[in-house]
Amino acid sequence: MLSAHIQDQINRELKKYPADQRQSAVMSALRFVQDEKGWIATEDMSDIAVFLGMPQMAVYEVASFYHMYNLKPMGKTTLTVCTNLSCTLCGVEDTLAHLKTRLGIGLGEVTADGKIGLREGECMGACKDAPILSINNKKLCGRLTNEKIDRILAELDKS
Amino acid sequence: MINIEIDGKLVETERGTTVMDAAHKAGVYIPHFCYHKKLSIAASCRMCLVEVEKAPKPLPACATPAAEGMKVHTHSEMAVKAQQGVMEFLLINHPLDCPICDQGGECMLQDVAMGYGGGASRYTEEKRVVSPKQIGELISTNEMSRCIQCTRCVRFGQEIAGVMELGMANRSEHAQIMSFVNSSVDSELSGNMIDLCPVGALTSRPFRYTARSWELSRRKSVSPHDGLGSNLAIHVKDNKVLRVVPVENEAVNECWISDKDRFSYEGLNSPERLTRPMIKQGGQWVEVEWAAALEYVANGLRQITRSAGAEHIAALATPHSTVEELYLLQKLMRGLGSGNVDYRLRQSDFSADGKQAGASWLGMPVAEINQCDRFLVVGSFLRKDQPLLAQRIRQAVKKGAEANIVHAADDDLLMPIANKAIVAPGEMVNTLTQVLEALRALKSSGETDNAAATSIAQSLAGGERVAILLGNFAQQHPAAAQIAVLCEQIAVLCRAKFGYLGEAANSVGGYLAGAVPFTGDVQGMNAQQMLDKPRKAYLLLNVEPELDMYNPQQAMRAMSAADMVVCLSAFKHKGMDYADVMLPIAPFTETSGTFVNTEGRAQSFKGAVKPLGDARPAWKVLRVLGNLLEVAGFDYDSSEAVRDEALGAAPVADRLNNHIEGVAIAAAAASSGLQRVSDVPIYSADAIVRRAASLQKTRDAAQPVVMASAAELQKLGVQSGDVVKVTQNGASVQLTAQLSERLPEGVVRIAAGHPATAALGAMFGTITVERA
Repeated sequence: MLSAHIQDQINRELKKYPADQRQSAVMSALRFVQDEKGWIATEDMSDIAVFLGMPQMAVYEVASFYHMYNLKPMGKTTLTVCTNLSCTLCGVEDTLAHLKTRLGIGLGEVTADGKIGLREGECMGACKDAPILSINNKKLCGRLTNEKIDRILAELDKS
Repeated sequence: MINIEIDGKLVETERGTTVMDAAHKAGVYIPHFCYHKKLSIAASCRMCLVEVEKAPKPLPACATPAAEGMKVHTHSEMAVKAQQGVMEFLLINHPLDCPICDQGGECMLQDVAMGYGGGASRYTEEKRVVSPKQIGELISTNEMSRCIQCTRCVRFGQEIAGVMELGMANRSEHAQIMSFVNSSVDSELSGNMIDLCPVGALTSRPFRYTARSWELSRRKSVSPHDGLGSNLAIHVKDNKVLRVVPVENEAVNECWISDKDRFSYEGLNSPERLTRPMIKQGGQWVEVEWAAALEYVANGLRQITRSAGAEHIAALATPHSTVEELYLLQKLMRGLGSGNVDYRLRQSDFSADGKQAGASWLGMPVAEINQCDRFLVVGSFLRKDQPLLAQRIRQAVKKGAEANIVHAADDDLLMPIANKAIVAPGEMVNTLTQVLEALRALKSSGETDNAAATSIAQSLAGGERVAILLGNFAQQHPAAAQIAVLCEQIAVLCRAKFGYLGEAANSVGGYLAGAVPFTGDVQGMNAQQMLDKPRKAYLLLNVEPELDMYNPQQAMRAMSAADMVVCLSAFKHKGMDYADVMLPIAPFTETSGTFVNTEGRAQSFKGAVKPLGDARPAWKVLRVLGNLLEVAGFDYDSSEAVRDEALGAAPVADRLNNHIEGVAIAAAAASSGLQRVSDVPIYSADAIVRRAASLQKTRDAAQPVVMASAAELQKLGVQSGDVVKVTQNGASVQLTAQLSERLPEGVVRIAAGHPATAALGAMFGTITVERA
């Protein structure tokens, strides 16, 4: 079951769309679930499908299309590193290598303490700051160097 | 109309159509994969790129609207280069496994690659691999790597089947067709996705690796299952039916068939097939020659006629029998002097017999359903009973029609329902009366107090092309005649077409063939009376009494008590317990015959394979029986001669009439106790489909349960999942209780036509449920 809070949020979102176009709110609905739980389980997608009156496969299509949605637990903080063309040209491979050694995990994995997850992402539209990563899809950190990554990780460690 | 030019040919096409449509009209072939005339436009494969003069780049023909004066070249240098480029891209990830691919030889990709592809690939990198998924017993997705992502299957689910079970997950190179977390595809039309798939990604699981397409001979036939009479192509190798696919007939099944039509052929090859005539001697079944078996039957019938009178012989046949079989059966019976012949085995109300002006039919051509703008569907498990008629109503609703339902179960019809009245079976007559009153009140601007009835009436009154349709449940209802009369009156008030959704392939044909007790020169008992007053001898044509009859309990009692039971059957069945003779007859693929579908279309077919073993077409068996019993007029030399005599010279349409005269409406007394609601599950409806192994593994063929609303379960003191004892007329069975939010109070829903519930009594009536 979707929590009362999520249902409230979705209902507010639904006001933006025509009454017979409830499925327009699917992306927001998925986001609300992920903000609350950190990831989106199969049951959540089924619940959203029922809530919005759309096929569950259609929810899954959306959820699996966008890299912002975690379809498995990705830790308290998810770091999403862009691996598209601009970032690759600006050396994202080195960035990734450093992240992997520092965290001791590969792409799509979570640290043993469950704090940090690392995943690959698509272009975030900020190529001027390549290479780039996002923290929980909320905060962008660009022009990554090894030192800057260490600083970000240290800050995450404190919080 | 606008004029466009395609490859120098001038074509006139309607405004709003596409270049692809115009090309079809002009007879110009444009290669394509994702385009399908019955599906929405995706324009995702890009194979149909053509050159349009004054356009700077090639355009997809399937998604480009035709415009006045447009000049299109499908074979110009630009078009061919574009097509070859697309082909090369499509083949990049496609495995080169045509020699072992089930689709090989009938593959669109293979054909188009021959025409537009190169001899070798320039691509040397790794190919994409897609892991196989498990989506049920009917469709195999083991080679999903072959998918070219045309999304035809996805669009079919959304647009035709009404439920999106497959979708395209992930994106770009990782995109793949799958179901929601490996759930099964349960649509009753799912098999059509196999036909639609232009490559070998979706293949038929029962058929896989049994034959190559070029080894198969194709024979036309007609579906023996529901009332639609879908046109089929039977694919045969070594005198064995290996698969069934649709034959396009826009007026009947369009280009689809239901899974029942498609996969039921497995039943034809079932180990339960009866292949030798058998006689029971001293409690043991002995295989005998045909002559001995028929002589035995003739002697038995002669003896009973002599000792007890011909009226002690009764004949029952399923409505899945052909016109020829039913005609000869009734002719034989009447020749013997008995009018006891009936094929309406699941009917319980015979009060309209002799009062109806003709055969019950759809009341309009099947294709007209799509044009209707208001529907009232009364008592129908629509999706499961007539899957393709449901699909037509779904298309009409999509175009803005309003569907209204009066029924005892609120099954999901996968389409928006405007208004519904879900009531207990005993309340249906009252509800329809209220709809009728509400319609009258609308005309005189009065009021009625039933909100659902009023809104249904308003919906119907607002339509221009209205259809009132009676489903199987309404036809089996103990007050079927009253329901029909009420619906006819409703139809008159809103100038609607009024019709019956035919229960079986020959529901209309059986009447035309005279296989009813109230027509012809000798009249007799109907299916119910034959059991109420048990007869000494029963002739059963295709019938399995414990599964095909309205009241299996009573039927079994009558059969067990009879002196002689003769089963004409394609299968060994429970009848072996009480029958005296088993005569192996040919199912529809092994005999010629005719079915008259629910719109009154007589469709004849020929046998696709030779009868198995010693089985013989039933019309020939009945002909010989007629000769042995010296009944006059049994000298036919072909099934066509039988058909011509059965259907007569007058057009079939003249004998179709739903008008009933002289049936009074009695206000139904409130029924006491728990009422039974019965559906006949889609894969239990006839003898062939019951033995189709793959269909029997699907969700639709699950073990029957006792369904009831939450309130009802609470009243009974049971939880969903508990095993309960169900008792009807003194016999009990144990079933699992299941919560259903889609039933009214005061009823439990228990499937009929299934061995697990065959011990119970009538499909309607009072029933008790208690904790086991």
